[in-house]
Amino acid sequence: MALTTEDVANLARLARIELSEAELEILAPQLDVILESVARVSEVAAQDIPPTSHALPLTNVFRDDELRPSLPRELVLAGAPAAEQMRFRVPRILGEEA
Amino acid sequence: MSPPEAATAEIIRLTAVDLASKIKSGELSAVEVTQAHLDRIADVDGTIHAFLYVDGERALRSATRVDAKIAARESVGPLAGVPLALKDILTYTGAPTTCGSKILEGWLPPYDATVTRRLLDHDIVILGKTNLDEFAMGSSTENSAYGPTRNPWDLDRIPGGSGGGSAAAVAAFEAPLAIGTDTGGSIRQPAAVTGTVGVKPTYGGSSRYGLVALASSLDQPGPCARTVLDAALLHQVIAGHDPCDSTSVDQPVPDVVTAARSADIRGMKVGVVSELGGEGYAPGVEQRFGEAVELLSSLGAEIIEVSCPHFVYALPAYYLILPAECSSNLAKFDAMRFGLRVGDDGVASAEQVMAATREAGFGAEVKRRIIIGTYALSSGYYEAYYGQAQKVRTLISRDFDKAFSQVDVLVSPSTPITAFKIGEKVDDPLAMYMNDLCTIPSNLAGNASASFPIGLAPEDGLPVGLQVMAPPLADDRLYRVGAALEAALEPAWGGPLLDRLPEPEAAR
Repeated sequence: MALTTEDVANLARLARIELSEAELEILAPQLDVILESVARVSEVAAQDIPPTSHALPLTNVFRDDELRPSLPRELVLAGAPAAEQMRFRVPRILGEEA
Repeated sequence: MSPPEAATAEIIRLTAVDLASKIKSGELSAVEVTQAHLDRIADVDGTIHAFLYVDGERALRSATRVDAKIAARESVGPLAGVPLALKDILTYTGAPTTCGSKILEGWLPPYDATVTRRLLDHDIVILGKTNLDEFAMGSSTENSAYGPTRNPWDLDRIPGGSGGGSAAAVAAFEAPLAIGTDTGGSIRQPAAVTGTVGVKPTYGGSSRYGLVALASSLDQPGPCARTVLDAALLHQVIAGHDPCDSTSVDQPVPDVVTAARSADIRGMKVGVVSELGGEGYAPGVEQRFGEAVELLSSLGAEIIEVSCPHFVYALPAYYLILPAECSSNLAKFDAMRFGLRVGDDGVASAEQVMAATREAGFGAEVKRRIIIGTYALSSGYYEAYYGQAQKVRTLISRDFDKAFSQVDVLVSPSTPITAFKIGEKVDDPLAMYMNDLCTIPSNLAGNASASFPIGLAPEDGLPVGLQVMAPPLADDRLYRVGAALEAALEPAWGGPLLDRLPEPEAAR
């Protein structure tokens, strides 16, 4: 399928990773080899085989709707890269044109 | 106060079972035992680099409390006072959880993992956090952002991965017990290449709450130890239903301790998987495996060759399912709520900061897998890749079901080759992935699986492991087989395999 550096840059954008040119050069051929190898899955799995998303059969699990204390705000914010007024401080989320 | 050197040397070689009984009887104190292991870490970990964080003062305080409880005749857990090394992907408040990644450097978790909680509730002394491939992605511990761990058998070689730190800590006598997590072999493959015991419980057998998720449908915490009984005792401590993990199984824990004590495999049907051998397997691995199978037969097991034709597709299916799940799980590292943030200059947008942070914070293998996962899940490719991989997963489960209708357990080598040289495979991801060829099927199907040491490969003198696979919730059978092998092999070897380990200082 020959993955180009442009394809990889596109995927990286979707995955929110700002790859450098040098990384793209290394990654494109590596990912190409990996994808070619994993494409072997199409050899065996026929139409009528149901997919498995989970190893063991799962049923929905309910619990009683009880009030439980949540983690203390100070403790959670202590791990944040930036906090202000007891909230997470984040960079701007809207573009200039917004 | 450190115990004298001779006492330290003796203490660190004791099994967890012996340590627990000596601590309970008062022959040794938990503080003495903890100090001996901290001294050992101070001596050898500069070379081995099994630990990312040593929690010495807190470990000694915990040990003091255990001694006080025993002195007051309070009831304590079966492994009370025994030191343990915790893989740095499970949270433990008060110590950083890094997952071997720069993106979480110095991050202090706000809660304990259920596994951690159970260890503490059972009076086990946590010595510190062990090294791993970044977010558990790897088979060599070379993908740790904090440098590789070295194999105590040969310092130029890898200790396996992702749990290379936990396996090396146990092999190098830095801790008698450790916790690992197994997504594609990360407990069993390091156990195999370090000559130790590692068990992946049935999926859902132990709780994933507080385990930083790699692939949620595959991840499973489990015990690492030097002996089969030690592993079983640790298994019993950490396993069992947890309301905080909806996928944990609400059924009694299989009686692994009784199985490890019995070591009786007479009449057991043991299947040898024909697909897991031959080309690509080292001669010494095949030789030791063949001898171990003969040994099982001589101990009364019935050996049957079993074919699992779809196992050869396990590796490609895994390297679609895992990246798909991890690309989604690792999306939470977005530079907003925890961990690293770079490029927040007041002008850059949240999205730009996110992309710059993930670029700076993630290593090469993590990026590779996130991008593969993004590709496999993108519209237009979803059916051909992820959809097909999920069907292969069904076929592998069916192979297991069919096999387990004929036999009680399956066996194979744990890994095709012995420990390779550090640096040898870092630039060849596919060659690296081959290390998990034998271990991956059990993660995809969710059944119980373990690796036990069966000797050293004649060509390189490095440890070889035998993998035992049992049906879901039949974890006890793993221990029965492991204990039988251990009981027969140790007298033949003239003592535990690890007695032949060169001293880390001398090996340089």
